[in-house]
Amino acid sequence: MIIADQKPMREICKNVEGHRKILVAGCRSCAAICLAGGEKEVGILAESLRLYSDLNGRDWEVSETTVERQCEKEWVREMRPNVEGRDVVISIACGVGAQVMQDLYPDTRIVPGLNTSNMGAPEEQGIFLEKCGGCGDCVLHLTGGICPIARCAKSLMNGPCGGSQNGKCEVNPDTPCAWDQIHQSLKRLGRLDLMEQVIPPKNWIPSRSGGPRKIVRPEAVLTPEEKIAKEGID
Amino acid sequence: MTGRMRIVGYCCSYGGYSSADLAGVLRIGYSPDVMIIRIPCAGRIDVIHILKTFRDGADAVFVAGCLEKNCNFEYGNIEARKRVEHAKRLLGEIGIEKERVEMFNVASNQGWRFPEIVREMVSRVEGLGPNPLRKVVK
Repeated sequence: MIIADQKPMREICKNVEGHRKILVAGCRSCAAICLAGGEKEVGILAESLRLYSDLNGRDWEVSETTVERQCEKEWVREMRPNVEGRDVVISIACGVGAQVMQDLYPDTRIVPGLNTSNMGAPEEQGIFLEKCGGCGDCVLHLTGGICPIARCAKSLMNGPCGGSQNGKCEVNPDTPCAWDQIHQSLKRLGRLDLMEQVIPPKNWIPSRSGGPRKIVRPEAVLTPEEKIAKEGID
Repeated sequence: MTGRMRIVGYCCSYGGYSSADLAGVLRIGYSPDVMIIRIPCAGRIDVIHILKTFRDGADAVFVAGCLEKNCNFEYGNIEARKRVEHAKRLLGEIGIEKERVEMFNVASNQGWRFPEIVREMVSRVEGLGPNPLRKVVK
């Protein structure tokens, strides 16, 4: 899932200055699970904005809405009655959600309420850790199910650096060394032989090097006729 | 400050509310400016309740739950403390003094403790003045 964190109130307030009718739009998917942009957080942010407005004489009119997934047009379309007539929308979904909102409502200003951080998972309640670097060329089968791209500070591919001390990373003593974890995992799995397999220089072409990455599944793409029949899109 | 204060106390049935009740039985007086709202457990309180209470004009808000490790629902008071801390952070960012909100732990047999809590909050409001929202001319 995507992990995000709420922007400071001061920044959010600054970004909506000059507007009066404000909509706070949340997302019930990743942003809700990482406790940054679900229905509850929408309520808290909206109430905080009302307090700020009352305190500073801004006369803001703040409304709230939350959809199942802000990254899918089908759900975002359903928000139309809430978005219409609003001067600005604070999207507290991830950056994807905010962009889909802007795409569907090009005449309304969408401002982000979150800083989108990474692809990760909850370690325990309230603690979220990055797990995947989204490099486009997965090597988890060689590394005991632990991603060296995301979880090694240097994204090393063939063992730890000299800064690995007692299983911890030199960058932060709270961060486990990914290559120590990989070694432990491969040992448990009885596949330490994989440690000896040299991983050649990584192919970074599928990673972040050529603009937005696009994946097309021809079998799922609708023909123009199907689009008209299924979605009513001409 | 002049005029009456508005202090709202969210009191759990088992700790805070029972302490207030016992204070009454023991005839220990406390400020009439406190409005007690009985809640089933301090863990019921959420940040949104605290923010709304301030927006409705409260000068101070406190949550009175059971003593730590003595919550009737195991850890409701711990949850409440975390939420009060969250509310403090938000209020600070908004521009309302975070001292206006506080979490207290009290046992049902501590009748003297509730008036003490009220005195503490009254003293804070005396120092800070009324809720800044009341000064805003609309």
